[in-house]
Amino acid sequence: MTALTSLDRPNSYIGRSVPRPNAKRLLAGRGRYVTDITLPRMLHVAYVRSPYAHARIVSIDIDAARAMPGVRLVATGADLAKLCTPWVGTMDHFKGMKSPPQLPLPIDKAVWSGQAVVAVVADTRALAEDAAEAVYIEFDELPAVVDIDAARAPDAPVISPELGSNLCFHGTIDTGGVEDIFASAAHVVEEEFLFGRHTAVTMEPRAIIADYDPSEARLTVHHATQTPYQFHDIYARHYGLPESSVRVIAPDIGGSFGMKLHMYHEDMAVVGLSMMLGRPVKYVADRIESFVSDIHARDHRVRARMAADADGNILAMDVEDVTGIGAFSAYPRTSVVEGNQVYRLMGAPYTFRNYRADLQVVFQNKVQMSQYRAVGHPVACTVTERLVDMIAGKTAQDPFAIRTRNMIPDDGYPCTSPTGYKFESLSHHACLAKLYDMMDYDRLRAEQSELRGKGIHRGIGIATFVEITNPGPAFYGVGGARISSQDGAIIKITPAGDVHCAISITELGQGTETIVAQIVAEHLGVDRDRIKVMTGDTDTTPYGGATYACRGAGIGGETALQAAKKLKANVLAVAAAILQEEPDKLDIRNGWVVDASGGQQRIELSEIARIAYFRSDTLPPGTQAQLTVAHHYAPQGYPFAFTNGIQACHLELDVETGLVKILKLWVVEDCGRVINPLLVDEQIRGGVVQGLGAAFFEECVYGESGQLTNGSLADYLVPMAVEMPDIVVGHVETPTLDTQLGAKGVGEAGTAAASAAALNAINDAMKPFGATIAQVPMTPARLLKALGHI
Amino acid sequence: MSDPVTHASVTVAMTVNGSAVSHGIAPRLTLADFLRQTLELTGTHTGCEMGVCGACLVMLDGRVVHACLTFAVQASGSVVETVEGLSGRAVIADLQEAFHQRNALQCGFCTPGMLMTAHSLLSQEGVPSRDAIRDALSGNYCRCTGYEAIVDAIETVARQRDAGGATQSAEVGV
Repeated sequence: MTALTSLDRPNSYIGRSVPRPNAKRLLAGRGRYVTDITLPRMLHVAYVRSPYAHARIVSIDIDAARAMPGVRLVATGADLAKLCTPWVGTMDHFKGMKSPPQLPLPIDKAVWSGQAVVAVVADTRALAEDAAEAVYIEFDELPAVVDIDAARAPDAPVISPELGSNLCFHGTIDTGGVEDIFASAAHVVEEEFLFGRHTAVTMEPRAIIADYDPSEARLTVHHATQTPYQFHDIYARHYGLPESSVRVIAPDIGGSFGMKLHMYHEDMAVVGLSMMLGRPVKYVADRIESFVSDIHARDHRVRARMAADADGNILAMDVEDVTGIGAFSAYPRTSVVEGNQVYRLMGAPYTFRNYRADLQVVFQNKVQMSQYRAVGHPVACTVTERLVDMIAGKTAQDPFAIRTRNMIPDDGYPCTSPTGYKFESLSHHACLAKLYDMMDYDRLRAEQSELRGKGIHRGIGIATFVEITNPGPAFYGVGGARISSQDGAIIKITPAGDVHCAISITELGQGTETIVAQIVAEHLGVDRDRIKVMTGDTDTTPYGGATYACRGAGIGGETALQAAKKLKANVLAVAAAILQEEPDKLDIRNGWVVDASGGQQRIELSEIARIAYFRSDTLPPGTQAQLTVAHHYAPQGYPFAFTNGIQACHLELDVETGLVKILKLWVVEDCGRVINPLLVDEQIRGGVVQGLGAAFFEECVYGESGQLTNGSLADYLVPMAVEMPDIVVGHVETPTLDTQLGAKGVGEAGTAAASAAALNAINDAMKPFGATIAQVPMTPARLLKALGHI
Repeated sequence: MSDPVTHASVTVAMTVNGSAVSHGIAPRLTLADFLRQTLELTGTHTGCEMGVCGACLVMLDGRVVHACLTFAVQASGSVVETVEGLSGRAVIADLQEAFHQRNALQCGFCTPGMLMTAHSLLSQEGVPSRDAIRDALSGNYCRCTGYEAIVDAIETVARQRDAGGATQSAEVGV
């Protein structure tokens, strides 16, 4: 017989794998995505887009389109500019950052190929598309700024002349001492890394319905987004509406991954179109539109070097990152955050103290680049981990040994990285040791050696990582962005003793509503089946930051925990009054108020609610039952809750064709307290596959004139089931002491290091050939080139 | 000068999820849009509208087809079944339960298509290997799960059905 664990207590749900109740409607085809919603008198918009990457808009002729069947409105940038104030994607804490003002639709200039220029609103989407073909726009094509070096050349055409150059932001970090260390170090390795642009490819494209009711001057927006309050603020502010008149509803969302939390021009236009028409207007991006208007991610060129002593002790890193972000910095989170995280996360798992980095964020005539799952992490992780492997090669050490030598010791916390990040407590060595056992490393190495003799080339790569989660106001608030870092929950008990929790974090399929119910059930003392969790509606949930940057479980979960405890105290106060008992002698278990000591049932929750709601006359005088609580929580203490982990990739490279078979992937991850292992593991697996997509398949390929050449789902490759491996997940749990819950984020961990592990594995496989690669995606053509075959 | 392709109305009549339906529609309307917009059966999703992602898979006369690549007029006279129909007849109840228990879905947008493919695959004889399941699923894109949980869920049901002898080989044409 095994010992009792914390899960053997009544209503113990934290740490338990339970399935998601709200998945049942999705399985029955009864999901309600924005794509599915139809409102009375709803119209549909199609956009006419710029075919040029950079062009002056000479004239727009909309007369023919306006006369087409079913057309209700054709609107230009000038029309929408009368309603909507411009926005600028900068934040104050990125000193010197600049970006031009943006409008829903441009007035005089198109700055990327695919930019929406004219909106056509009609009775159906098909009719709107018909009429869009009848809009005539005369463009005067301008030289396109495409390449990140050409963009910075002294004679480069400047996309926004008022800014003076194509440089959005220039940042530097220098701890000092780097030059001297590199001059005298026993070993210096260096490499130039290229990270292709890729994009989120959510299965449900972006979708929005704006419904402006002129009779009450109210705007309701059904918006497929992970951050309803952020858009509540934006729509109110830029359209001059009182916040109390704006409601944003985010129903079921068909994937987001960070992509659906940015302000998109088409989406902003839809609000204005609805205001102009006084009718609901729906926009759903088709897949081609998604590729040319959803944010892209990455697009970095990193030149980096690492210095080590004769034994392989890392001494310093020196990094130069140039990243292209499109013609604007995205709003309201900016397009500098990724580069900022790239150059601050470099080398984060290691003990070295000397670091120098230069970051240049560059405008170009491409789709805007901004935050997508694991913002910056894969770039920093790949650069660091490849250089660490190169040091291992120079000093003839195993990848595990070099990391053991250099990682911050597990008892070395708290500590601060050379770039200023404060680490509360990480577990690199515990994770490394666990990974070593899980993957049976020695056997894999022996097998690799044996197979090489038979002409079979397998590679093993590992990558350790640090992830930023649970961000406080240091992330956005301090920069002046109106993005909340706190969350709120309202929990109420119904007369039947059921529980209703409205919370500001949002459900994207990752299981928010499930874990909130687990937390509330455990801390209130009721069965989780009796708890309904509501998310995604600014009219019915408290104000909060919602879901981004791996903050839902850590911050939203803590909010729910504290709210549940507050409600429990209220319930016990009423119960104590009814029972003539001391509140601290009572507890709640399985929906009953019980004796805290013996567990004997005293009064059922439903009976307390019945008395409180219907027979308050029978309560002792002066007793006012508070069976609803509202509670907010904002992270304090550490600015971020850093997590860590390590991944290993095992693959087989066909050196004749460049084709790669990924055999297996292992992840050991420390996200602190695991609330629901089933959901956490699936977050990791899903994240890993997006990282492997970046490693091998996904790239937005641009031609010289700034045209995206593979913007369809047939041409842009996303990982398919047959190409993906089984993924083994293990955990080390180091709860954060900043919260009672102890949970940190996990949604981006898989993506953070998968491409780095894959790149190291490929380089390991190519070792007998003296070939190396430092570019993702590692396509067969690039691998054959690295091998010298083409 | 109205364009006959876009504006003429033709009548289509078919059986959808066991019910006879008849509507006057534009000839260019796809089966996916007919199901979603005309019949309000929104369980069928459109993810790429070019037959790549598999979110729109439905059964047409017992075969799994891309509703986005089929015109509604092509389905006239046919029997169509969507995820709502399979769900209502409870023929995929075990698959739905296995997907639920294994958390083989996150956002759920690809899920109806996944269930169609799984239903078709498991209507064949025998227990497919994991590689065969992965191969069969490769016309269905999922961005959330990384696929492993879906493979697990389908494998579980394949074994359950095999053990219970409850194969449905007549259900789906291949």
